[in-house]
Amino acid sequence: MKSGKLKKWSRRAFIGAGTVAGGGFLLGVAGFTFAPSRYSLVSADAAEKGQLTTWITITPDNFITILIPHCEMGQGTPTALAMMAAEELEADWSLVRVQEAPALDAYANGYIVRAAGGNYVPAVMARGVDYGAYKLAEWFGFQVTGGSTAVRSTGEYGMRVAGAAAKEMLVAAAAKQWGVSASECTAKSSRVTHATSGRSATFGELARAAATQPVPTSPALKNPDSFTIRRTSPTRLDIPSKVDGSAKYAIDFTTPGMSMLYAAIEMAPAHGGTLVSVDTTPADAMPGVKKVVKLEEAVAVVADSFWRARRALASLKPEFSDAGHGDVSTASIFAAFDKALGAPPDVPKNAAKVVTADYRAPFLAHATMSPMVCTAKVEGDRAEVWTGVQDPLNARSVAAKALGIPAANVHVTNFLLGGGFGRGLPFNFDYVDLGVRVAKAMSPAPVKTIWSRENDIQHDYYRGAALSRHAGALDADGRPLAAHSNYTGGGNGEAVFMPYAIAAKNAKEKKAVHPIRLGQWRSVLNSQHGFFKESFIDEMAHAAGTDPFEFRRGLLGDQPRFKAALEKAAAMSNWGTPLPPGEGRGIAICESFGTIAAEVAHVAVSPEGRLKVLHVYAAVDCGDVINMDSATAQVEGGIIFALSAALLSEITIKAGRVVEKNFRDYPMIHIADAPKVTTAFIRSDAPLGGLGEPCVPPLAPAVVNAIHAAVGIRVRELPIKNTSLKKT
Amino acid sequence: MAIAISVNGKEHALDVEPEMPLLWALRETLGLTGTKFGCGISACGACTVLLDGRAVRSCTLPSSAANGKHVTTIEGLAQDGALHKVQRAWIAHQVPQCGYCQSGVIMAVAGLLAQIPKPTDDEIDAGITNICRCGTFARMRTAIHDAADSVGVAS
Ligand code: FES
Ligand code: FES
Repeated sequence: MKSGKLKKWSRRAFIGAGTVAGGGFLLGVAGFTFAPSRYSLVSADAAEKGQLTTWITITPDNFITILIPHCEMGQGTPTALAMMAAEELEADWSLVRVQEAPALDAYANGYIVRAAGGNYVPAVMARGVDYGAYKLAEWFGFQVTGGSTAVRSTGEYGMRVAGAAAKEMLVAAAAKQWGVSASECTAKSSRVTHATSGRSATFGELARAAATQPVPTSPALKNPDSFTIRRTSPTRLDIPSKVDGSAKYAIDFTTPGMSMLYAAIEMAPAHGGTLVSVDTTPADAMPGVKKVVKLEEAVAVVADSFWRARRALASLKPEFSDAGHGDVSTASIFAAFDKALGAPPDVPKNAAKVVTADYRAPFLAHATMSPMVCTAKVEGDRAEVWTGVQDPLNARSVAAKALGIPAANVHVTNFLLGGGFGRGLPFNFDYVDLGVRVAKAMSPAPVKTIWSRENDIQHDYYRGAALSRHAGALDADGRPLAAHSNYTGGGNGEAVFMPYAIAAKNAKEKKAVHPIRLGQWRSVLNSQHGFFKESFIDEMAHAAGTDPFEFRRGLLGDQPRFKAALEKAAAMSNWGTPLPPGEGRGIAICESFGTIAAEVAHVAVSPEGRLKVLHVYAAVDCGDVINMDSATAQVEGGIIFALSAALLSEITIKAGRVVEKNFRDYPMIHIADAPKVTTAFIRSDAPLGGLGEPCVPPLAPAVVNAIHAAVGIRVRELPIKNTSLKKT
Repeated sequence: MAIAISVNGKEHALDVEPEMPLLWALRETLGLTGTKFGCGISACGACTVLLDGRAVRSCTLPSSAANGKHVTTIEGLAQDGALHKVQRAWIAHQVPQCGYCQSGVIMAVAGLLAQIPKPTDDEIDAGITNICRCGTFARMRTAIHDAADSVGVAS
């Protein structure tokens, strides 16, 4: 994705202000008035009417509450967004509180994404537009947290403007009270001061008066050089509750004052399969069991405890159809990929040297730490849903559709997510769909459907498997003439983009269909293509007899951001200095979601072929950083997430169904396997890029390139564990 | 017969099947939801609690095995309102991301430090085998060393 001009939009159209009970101040951004001709500043009772995305409230006790239209999945997004508003507001950070906005139309963040310009909306988001059951959805009704967009869109174009407007109104209120000119007053640390007269008042004291001030049409934003909150590392607001057990995830919800039921489910093992038959007798008689619920594609046991439900479910022998996918396997899928790819792409006839290689990436599950959970209470044509999703609005329409009721009759309460990684994105809400149908069968009792880890691993929306066939050509001096690829498994312009100055570089998709259900997995298609393209350029460097870092660098003359990141990562890792035998460094660089990430992996391979990744150095250009510490944590987390996948993870298919079941056969790395990670951020003038995902794609190629440097073995298939690293 | 256990210093007579894993008795019978379900097969550590001071994975531990014993969950780790030194180190190093694994990790570390007050990196590698999908391992390690070095209120 190239950085481009952001579409112009009217700040004014989005801002409204009003008072809250007790004399507070409320400022927000309205989500309805998009067309310039129709904009109007919303009225003071807009909040009651639900017309306002109420983002900033200042109460007389001087606390500032910021409502965030994105979910907390562990990236510190709410904190970063609040920092952006607080910065412009000149707030005292210690007085800022954050809440997640409820799933209401008014909080849809889609319009902000749209305002940021069509070509800047990642594919994930574009798909997120929901043509479902309720009115606003038609335009821009989604409240999604994914595609690394939160800080880039909501923060840059919502939070900052709201904060700046609120500050101007507070200053105007103070100036009016004191009979002085607003330009003589300054705001700092939640206080407005008039230096000449020595008068000052807190934001809390000014809140009521500020609310009656006209809303500025175009509030001035701070010059980045004067940031005092951004680029620092305030502690994340969600952390205390995550060390004392009080943080609430969907699985922790219990209906107050109502005894709740629990459901355990078994779904048709082959996606698309249906329940043929089940003899419910063994379960019916077991303690605590209320009912065996037969659904089209699943059977659920509802009991008074989850463990009893699961135990009873285990006594059943349901029969499912395989939807005609009985002979689909990993082998059959890759055979179809291979056939679709055919011969390697043509390279120029005048090449002195031709390099060809196939790379293979497996299906992957998200395996979020928290399994999927949905609690629902269905009563007549109304429903309450308690769950954890990356898009509460879309979840609402999924529930409504499953129940055949209007979306307006469904209320969704969203909880903290125990990891997202793309599993909780729109169109992946089968757990909501199933959960409400189970609850409907038990109406009006509230039912909590908890997926087992086995359910989760076997019924995911998988990261797609892919096979990519590359051919490159070098001239007699080792300069690249061409680097082409044909690939299966999906791709897009961003994923296949190579920044290198190579005259001919075509990436062509070849279609080969299979019935495995796919979804967005952290960094999406970049996760496969990063591995393909950055492995191949490394192979070209070796064929040219040039150091892989120098080879890339020489081809980045007109890509200054790439070049700077690459050089930085190399310098951090002491690239080029000697290492003991069996150790090596590998480098890779990818751009995704507006961020360029260069990584160097330093690995050691023992004579027995045991691999240890010792250290990863990451140089990241995401434009600018909001919260330094949580940004660093995202880089570290992205690298570990990618490493687990690169080393170990593989979903395999047999007879149309997923073979792996739980963390024993779909293992994850532990603390013992975790390398040191050193991170550097490069501040560029590029628009803010994402951070949750961009550090994933370069990791696998950096590691396989390092293995090659260490022992001369070229790994062309993930996970790495499938290739022997023992030197022969 | 009811199972007599003390949880976070409070006595309970649990009226559940003896084979019901302690995890579900804690979560659903006693309403202590800080202890998490991650895999149900002792493979991830999200459900770790202390049983008479030793870290155990409660998803496969029958409730009856806790009969007559003291259980400490994440909710009971702080003493008299003061966070345990592991919790404090976790905040100081901003360890959690999604946080879902962290109750279990913190309990596992509390158990480790009770056995080995100053663990080496190798002892940490051997003793902490929890899964963290968010990849907070580097911070965990720093925080463990930090907690080990701190003069803690609770140990
Ligand atoms: S839930 Fe007990 S170890 Fe995973
Ligand atoms: S913090 Fe999310 S799994 Fe560990």
